[in-house]
Parts: sequence; C-alpha cells; structure tokens
Amino acid sequence: MRDLTLNTSAQMQKRHRKETRFKWYGRIAILLSLAFLVFMFAAILLRGMSAFQQTKIGLDISFNEQVIDPAGTRDPGDMARANYKPLISAGLAEVFPEVTERREKNQLYKLISNGGMFELGQMVVENPELIGTKQTIWLSASSEADLFMKGKIDAKVEEELRRFKDRDIAWFNTLKDQGKIKKKFNTTFFKSGDSREPEMAGILGAAFGSFFSLLVCFVISFPLGILTAVYLEEFAKKNRITDLIEVNINNLAAVPSIVFGLLGLSIFLNFFNLPRSTPLVGGIVLALMTLPTIIIASRSILRSVPQNIRDAALGLGASKTQTTFHHVVPLAMPGMLTGTILGMARALGETAPLLMIGMVAFIVDIPKGITDVATSLPVQIFLWADSPEKGFVERTSAAIIVLLVFLVLMNLFAVYLRRRMERRW
Amino acid sequence: MMKATLFASVMALSLIACSGGDTKTKNSEDTTKTEATSSNRDQIKIVGSSTVYPFATTVAENFGRTTAFKTPIVESTGSGGGLKLFCSGKGENHPDITNASRRIKASEVQQCASNGINDIVEVKVGYDGIVLANSRKSDGMELDLRDVFLALAKNVPDGNGGTMPNPYMKWSDVNPKLRDVKIEIMGPPPTSGTRDAFVELAMEGGCKTFDWIKELKSSDKNAYKALCHTLREDDGFVEAGENDNLIVQKLNANPNAFGIFGFSFLEQNADSVQGSVIGGNAPTFENISSGDYPVSRSLFFYVKKDNIGEVPGIKEFLEEFMSDRASGEDGYLAEKGLIPMNPEEHAQWKTDVLSLKSLSLN
Repeated sequence: MRDLTLNTSAQMQKRHRKETRFKWYGRIAILLSLAFLVFMFAAILLRGMSAFQQTKIGLDISFNEQVIDPAGTRDPGDMARANYKPLISAGLAEVFPEVTERREKNQLYKLISNGGMFELGQMVVENPELIGTKQTIWLSASSEADLFMKGKIDAKVEEELRRFKDRDIAWFNTLKDQGKIKKKFNTTFFKSGDSREPEMAGILGAAFGSFFSLLVCFVISFPLGILTAVYLEEFAKKNRITDLIEVNINNLAAVPSIVFGLLGLSIFLNFFNLPRSTPLVGGIVLALMTLPTIIIASRSILRSVPQNIRDAALGLGASKTQTTFHHVVPLAMPGMLTGTILGMARALGETAPLLMIGMVAFIVDIPKGITDVATSLPVQIFLWADSPEKGFVERTSAAIIVLLVFLVLMNLFAVYLRRRMERRW
Repeated sequence: MMKATLFASVMALSLIACSGGDTKTKNSEDTTKTEATSSNRDQIKIVGSSTVYPFATTVAENFGRTTAFKTPIVESTGSGGGLKLFCSGKGENHPDITNASRRIKASEVQQCASNGINDIVEVKVGYDGIVLANSRKSDGMELDLRDVFLALAKNVPDGNGGTMPNPYMKWSDVNPKLRDVKIEIMGPPPTSGTRDAFVELAMEGGCKTFDWIKELKSSDKNAYKALCHTLREDDGFVEAGENDNLIVQKLNANPNAFGIFGFSFLEQNADSVQGSVIGGNAPTFENISSGDYPVSRSLFFYVKKDNIGEVPGIKEFLEEFMSDRASGEDGYLAEKGLIPMNPEEHAQWKTDVLSLKSLSLN
C-alpha cells in the first residue's frame, strides 16, 4: 500500500509555500505603490514648502504726499497708480548712502521686487492716514534675493553665471546684519492672481476660476445625470433603444477629455458664440465630461436599492413616481452624491479640455463670476511649470500642494457621506 | 426622513446655484455695458506665440497696474494658431492682438483680408536667439551650421551628389574635430515656433553650405525643403515636449546630451547649462543683438486697427510696449530675456507703431 499521508504532507507543504509566496507578491506590490506615492509627495513637498514663505526687506519709507497724491484728492485709483519708486529708492539710500552712481542705484533697487511699489500703493489705498508719516515697511524681496535667502543660489558658482552678483550678496548681507531681512508667511500667494514676477504671483485667481467652473459643472451635470439615471433605471423599458443609449453612455465615459474640449470649441464657442476663456464654457465642457461618470455611478446605486422597497411602496398604493421619488431616490442619494463628488474631483484636475476653449491664459484679475475670463488650478500649474523664471519652480510645487489638498478634501467629503448616510441591506 | 431632507437640500442648492449664476451673468453684462459704450468688451485680448508670451504678459501686467484699464488677457496658442484666431473675424469675439515669433505670411494677410481685416499694425518686439546647449558638467562645443545640419538631418549628402539616411552616430563622425560622444539632442515638437525657426535658420543654413543643394533650391524647391527641413527620427533627436524647463533638467541629468531652446531659458539657467558656439559666435546678448549669432529671429505682434477705439486701452498698451522702460535697451523686457532692438531701430519702430502705420508686405 502506498503511503498516502507522506505524499499529502509533501503536497500540502507545496501548497502552503505557494500561498506564502503569493502573499509576499501582494505585499511587495502594495509596498511598491506606496513607495511611489511617498516619493511623489515627498518630492512635491520638499520643493514646494519653501514657497509658503517669502523673503521680506524692511525699509523706512516716508510717505511723501507730493509723490503719492499731489492734488490732495485722496482718489484711490490715483493713489494706487502713483509712482512709488522714488520712495523705495529713498528708503534704500538711507541704508546705503554710499551708492550714488545711477547704474549702481538701479542694481540696488533690484533687491526689491518690481511689485514693491504696488504693495505700497495697496497699503496707502487701504490706509490713507499713512500719507505724511514715516514707517518701517516690509516689502517683498525680488525673486533672486528670495532664492538666495532660501539657499537656492550657490554663491560659490562663478559670478557671471549667477543672476545674483557678488555686490548683490554684499548688500543683502548688510541688510541681513541689520535685521532688515526676514522670511514671512507668503500671504501674496493666497491673495493674488497670476503675475510674471514669481514673488508677486498667487493662486487665488485660479482657485476662483476652478470654483466657478465646478459650480457650473455641478449645476448642469448633477440634475441631468441623476434624472437620466433614474429614468433609465426605474422608468424606461428595456429595448433596443435603451440598450443603444446605455452602450453610448459607457463609451462616452471612456472618451479622452481633450475631445470634449474640441467639442466645446466648435459648438459653444464657434456656434453659440459663448465668451471664450470663461468658467461658463469651461464648466459646460467639464459637465459633459462628468455626466457619464455620474450616470453610471447613479445607476449602479439605484440598482442596489432592494426590490422589496419598491414592492412595498407600490403595494401600499403609491404611484410609480411616488415610489421612485419618495423612497428609491432618497435611499440612493448618498451614493449618487458620492459618485458626483468623485466625478467633480476628476473635473477639478482636468487641463486638456480647458486648453481648447482658451482657459490657458495669463489672467491677473480675480474672476468675479462665471462670465469673467479665468484659468483653473491645474492650468495655473501648467503655465508656471513652463515659465523660465527659477522662482516659479517652487511655486509650481506649492500650487500642486494646494490642488492636492482640495482633491483630498473632496474625496474625504465623499467618504464621509458614504459612511454617514449609506444604508446596508 | 433624513434622506428626503438631504435630497431636498441638494436640489435647493443646485437651484440657488443656478439662479446665482444667472444674476452674476446679468450683473457683469450690465457693468461692461456701462463702462464701454461702443463695445461689450473692456479688456484687451491677446493670443499667439509662446515665445512672445513671457514678454507680452510682463507688459500686460505693468500696463494693468499703472493705468486705469483692465489687465489684458494673454493666451498662449502658438504663432500659427494665434494668427488663425486673429484673422478669423472682426469684432469683440476675436482677439485684438496676436503675438508671433515669425513674420506674418502673405497667405495669412489674405486670410485676414477675406474676413474684412485690412488694416493691421505690425510691431517688432525685439530679437530672440535659439541655443543648442549642454550641461556645464561637460565641455562646451564649437560648431558651424554644417555640423548642426549633419548631426540633425534625416538624410545627408553621401558625397556622390545623392543622399543617404543619416549614418552619423557620434559628433566625431560629423566632424573629426568634434568630441567622440554620441549625438543626443532634445528639442521641441513640430507644433512649436522655436522648432520652426531652428529648422529654418540652423538646419537650412547648414544645408545650404552644400553647393548642389543650394542649386536644388531653384530647380526643385520641394525636394530642397524635404532635405533641409526634416529632422532625424532615430534616437539622435528626441522630441522633449514644449516645456523648456524640462529640457534643462534633462541636460543636467545627462551631460552628453544637447537641448534646443530659447535664449531666455539659457540666461535663467546659466549656472547649469552653456550654449554652444555656432559659426564662431557664442549665444550672448551682444552677439544676438548684433546678428552675429546665426540662429536668431525677430519677434513681432500684430494689432487689429479696427479694434483701436472699440476696445479701450489698445493705443495706451502700444505706448507702454514701445516705451523705453519696456522694450528699450535697459527696459524691463531685457530683464526677462528679450534681446532689444538698438536705439535707432527702436525709435523708428516706435514712431511707426504710434502713428499706427498699416502693414504692407513687400
């Protein structure tokens, strides 16, 4: 007789080994994908965190009425547009009285951002009492000075290859020794629109553009998507036409987003003459893109509502519409909202369709409504990544961090809805 | 119960959002109407070349900050795309200005004319150089245009009056004086104006140095173009995308590779990359400005004369652009990497532009 037990135990061992191996493959796969994720986040955080601080230079500025508002009208427009350059030059001259030659003075002035005079203008408009007084004002340093402060310009490199020269470094260090250079939280980054000067550039304009686009997207895609799903799932008869529609919806969900952009360009811009570069058109295009996602998600949620709820309602004498809108849709709503939010999160990160409808543009003013020209967060990242100025490198990463925060918040909200509202049958 | 409330509140929210959106639309329309009576648009619209984009945006920003006009919108669409939009019609739905990293073509002027745009003002912005650069970790290179052509062309002369597929794998194959390293060049894709200009200036420039090819130009223009304008498709040339920053990063990672990009990127990254000397001239500010560096081009923008007066601020924008503090020798555009015109040329253009002299191609 053959010894069955021995044979089995050998086979068992083999099977166990196989299982252990498989478990390890799985673990390695998870570890690898986690490693990629950690690497990506670390790279972005490392590059981007420094952008949340901005180097400021403190100068004693005397707000001379003759320069700011010679007529004495206190008109905010005139005060904002006055030439503040001489005031800043005077402030610099107090620290460096030895710099008198014109070219040298220009060079010295470049320590301060080009936007410095606009910062002063803003301050005076907000607080006209400043006129006639002398105050220590912290102005944004130029991008080069900022990069030097953050250790991103190597003083050991040959002088002519640096944009921050030895003389600049000497001036910078003098100011630093006098305590007139500080790193402060970069409020400009959160308060302003785009700019060609990295130290003046902010994401507020892009954030508002994204917000308005998503608003339009939601208003269009949510009701349309839900109604389509409800009709197809609860009311429509199963026949060739609904099959065809279903296949088409599934196909649309897989269409590359740039195609929707082209559609937007030819229909909404060229045919309907809607205004170019606006969140109105951007939102419509994004809505077209999100619609299939919402419909598909909503339909599967509706399908998961148990049949006996419908039967019970119908049995108690409710009409088909009453059954659907009093019982089925409310039960499915958390799931449908989750689907919508995830679809919107995808729309928030889209750039390609917006390229075609002119939302890739340099826009300084912050949009106030859906018909104002605007960009969106991912487009802003794209534009900054393409800029020659080195200061934009860290700002690009910082903008990515902000976009990721928004995405995570939206996804968390979806998870929260699912946890709180979802009913299990 | 809770579900019903949730459903109701979501629907209410979308309704509010709907109506909110509508009122906003109306408000903004009202304000624009009161601000500008002749046109609905109160903001200059600029489209066009991505090379001119950094300069146009800088002027736009300064213009918006120092005048009572709104900051112009600048879209980066590429030179060809910009001219297409520009010439597609009159009125507020079409851009007022288009940037171009080359001069407008006769066909484009015709296209404009067929849509009723007859008066165009041409503005020269300045000059731009295209560089062939490598990392500072390895030595600089001295080339002439023929070397550039032989290293990059798809087909090269075989020495018997015919052509052959490019056999050169190393720089030393092209010219024994050059280094014994593999040819690896990264450049922009065909949609880019930088690529067009590089092909036209450097490739064709090198191509023409062969006498028989030069004769080919008059006998068979298409064959001449195909030979001189086609870049190799093997791993000697890699399309690295429109993003010049990416090319600079890749050069740092691979000291043997070369990249093709605009002078402003070389200037911003002079601590890590160096431009090759071409035809005995290094890509410096002075050499490009004097025209000694062979791969340099003029940058332009075009203004629709009919829109001046329709859309407020165009004339003032031109004044800002042509002012000495912007496009002059020591202007803020030079700071951004533009190579300005010399003072005489600048003064001439300034007078022509501010008197709104119409474009005529001769």
